[in-house]
Amino acid sequence: MTRTLLTGNGAAAWGARLARIDYVPAFPITPQTEIIETLAGWIDTGAMTGRLVTMDSEHSMVTAAGAAATTGVRVFSATSSQGLLYGMEMLYAIAGWRAPLVLINVSRGLASPITLEPDHNDVLAARDCGFLQIHCATCQEVLDSVLIAYRLAEDRRVRLPVLVNLDGFYLSFTREPVVVPDQEAVDRFLPPHDPENIAFRAETPMSQGVAVLGGSAYSYFRYQMHLAAAKALTVYDEIAHEFADRFGRCHEAVECHHADDAEYLLVMMGSFATKAKEAVDRLRDQGLAIGLVRPRLIRPFPADHLREALAGKKGVAVIDQNLSPGQGGILHTELAAALSQGRPRPMPVLASFIGGLGGRNIGAEEFYEMARVIVEAAATGRPPAPRLLFSDEELREVRKLQAVARAAGRTGEERP
Amino acid sequence: MSGIKNMRDLPASHLLAGGTPMCAGCGGLEALHQVYDLLGEKTVFVNAAGCMTLLAVYPFTPFRGSWLYTAMASAPAGAQGVRDALDILRSKGRIEPADDLQVVVLTGDGSAYGMGLAATSGAMDRRLDFLYLCYDNEGYGNTGQQYSSATPHGARTATSQGSRGYPGYKKDLFAIWAAHRPAYVATVSAAHPVDLATKIETARGLQGPRLIIALSPCPTGWDFDPAETVAIGKLAVECGVWPLKEYRDGRVRHSRIPKARRPVAEYLARQGRFHHLFKPRRQEGLLTEIQARVDAYWAGVAKNEGQEG
Repeated sequence: MTRTLLTGNGAAAWGARLARIDYVPAFPITPQTEIIETLAGWIDTGAMTGRLVTMDSEHSMVTAAGAAATTGVRVFSATSSQGLLYGMEMLYAIAGWRAPLVLINVSRGLASPITLEPDHNDVLAARDCGFLQIHCATCQEVLDSVLIAYRLAEDRRVRLPVLVNLDGFYLSFTREPVVVPDQEAVDRFLPPHDPENIAFRAETPMSQGVAVLGGSAYSYFRYQMHLAAAKALTVYDEIAHEFADRFGRCHEAVECHHADDAEYLLVMMGSFATKAKEAVDRLRDQGLAIGLVRPRLIRPFPADHLREALAGKKGVAVIDQNLSPGQGGILHTELAAALSQGRPRPMPVLASFIGGLGGRNIGAEEFYEMARVIVEAAATGRPPAPRLLFSDEELREVRKLQAVARAAGRTGEERP
Repeated sequence: MSGIKNMRDLPASHLLAGGTPMCAGCGGLEALHQVYDLLGEKTVFVNAAGCMTLLAVYPFTPFRGSWLYTAMASAPAGAQGVRDALDILRSKGRIEPADDLQVVVLTGDGSAYGMGLAATSGAMDRRLDFLYLCYDNEGYGNTGQQYSSATPHGARTATSQGSRGYPGYKKDLFAIWAAHRPAYVATVSAAHPVDLATKIETARGLQGPRLIIALSPCPTGWDFDPAETVAIGKLAVECGVWPLKEYRDGRVRHSRIPKARRPVAEYLARQGRFHHLFKPRRQEGLLTEIQARVDAYWAGVAKNEGQEG
């Protein structure tokens, strides 16, 4: 066991190395590239075994990843944003192949306009593809989640690929202290991959990804994926507890911070939740009974865990770092659906906030304001209208940019 | 290299099962039959979206070996994943040599000439050890024969119904593939089984990317009687429309140079997709242009390969 400073990208690479991955089909994209560069370096120097192949696109990369995983080797890959969407067709396809691999997504906002900084629209676009999703808030979690993800993907009750998400820049390029576990300890937690009956072998021919005619066969196989994904919730809990026993770090499906005795909650995912945690601690200092709930698992959606965590609370602010135009925040929608399905008991007033798009900061004062809004909403019992976080000062800044753009546009014009 | 000299040297037993949903007289299926008999069952066919995606419909497959359907754009990338994984398993002693497979990409022209071209280019760059069989029926056949970039000039398709047919020209995929300097590229025709078998045997003896384009007369898309498939395939070669050739070690060699080429109109007139060139009136200008392009091609061949035997 070594304690060292690692970026989120470095932690992801360490996770892959400790998992003794066999194969990495790769394609560069900011802010993910450091992961594949790190692995390529280790493979070149012999620090780890494995083969890394740079493909011609993320679509090809995901295809090769799925094909190799269904040939029975342990596969790792990483992408971001536009790359994840470029490979989207194959995310659905290889989930249907039940290819048990791990794919890192380093979150980055989607074009247009094109940007490099993070939000969660990229990874949530892959929400329905059949990959399971683990969302990380710290670099340590990134490393640990890669190991947990392989156990989950390869579990015979699950057999589905897993996406591990970390936020671009805020985690990918930020150094944090990370405990790198010993290889022997990891080997005991994560034994070699046994592909069982999913493998191409001359002696045992297999057809994979074949067409079906008629909705019954199609429905059957899609339902199988859903049932396996739902089962993955229990399996995840088992694995996370075993991980905690072995390594002393607990990564529950839903992280709760001062949530038990809270009357109010903030709910959000990813690294910005660490900002929310800080705000919760300051508000607690001021006497407000508030807490934070952060789902680590997004697929399967830990609805029971969340219902449990939210039951009896007065007000909940759901902060979405994503935007479904014409609908709003995706986590808010999913959480509202989960709450509507539970046992009838007092459920909190939900307030929806959109923020942190394209890497925009969410400041402490904004968390305090959100807390104020939910306290007020709880008092009236009426959920407030969804809010898009944007300050007057930001608006002034954007107006300035627009003025510059207009002026720049005019310089080339002919004038009478 | 090849021990195949005539029809008697071809495999006597056939591996690909019948009863597939391919159309009667499918020229692509005929090519696949012949190729599969030569390659054998220790193969995994990595397929892209196209007519032959319907070969394996759950729970049936005509293959004795393995099959992987990928997507329209990325069959060569699927081949990369399988090949790399098998190599890794071999090198680590996790599978027996007897469990290894030949990796064969199987796509139509829509994928090969268009959507899958980047993935194929990448596979060639990476010197992937695989065989690529493109069944070229000169259009998006599975969706009802819309024009693709493999469609010949003047052909009527579902999306080129005008009196002059398809305005574009068939893309020279052979040259594009050969420009990557892979181990082997060849054109074949199932109507010329000895030539086809010789080329597949040559390809089998090589390592690296080996790519084959099989002209695949398509009764449904080209509009002719299914009984005519072989005759149309022969005419394509005898009229000089489909040159049989191979690329190897930086050089292109024609495996068959028709001595007295028959007029292209003979080939065109047998297919409904070219009827508008003859009726209601003969479009001499267009026919002359098509013939002139074929003549120019062979004039170039005579110049480049004239001295060769």
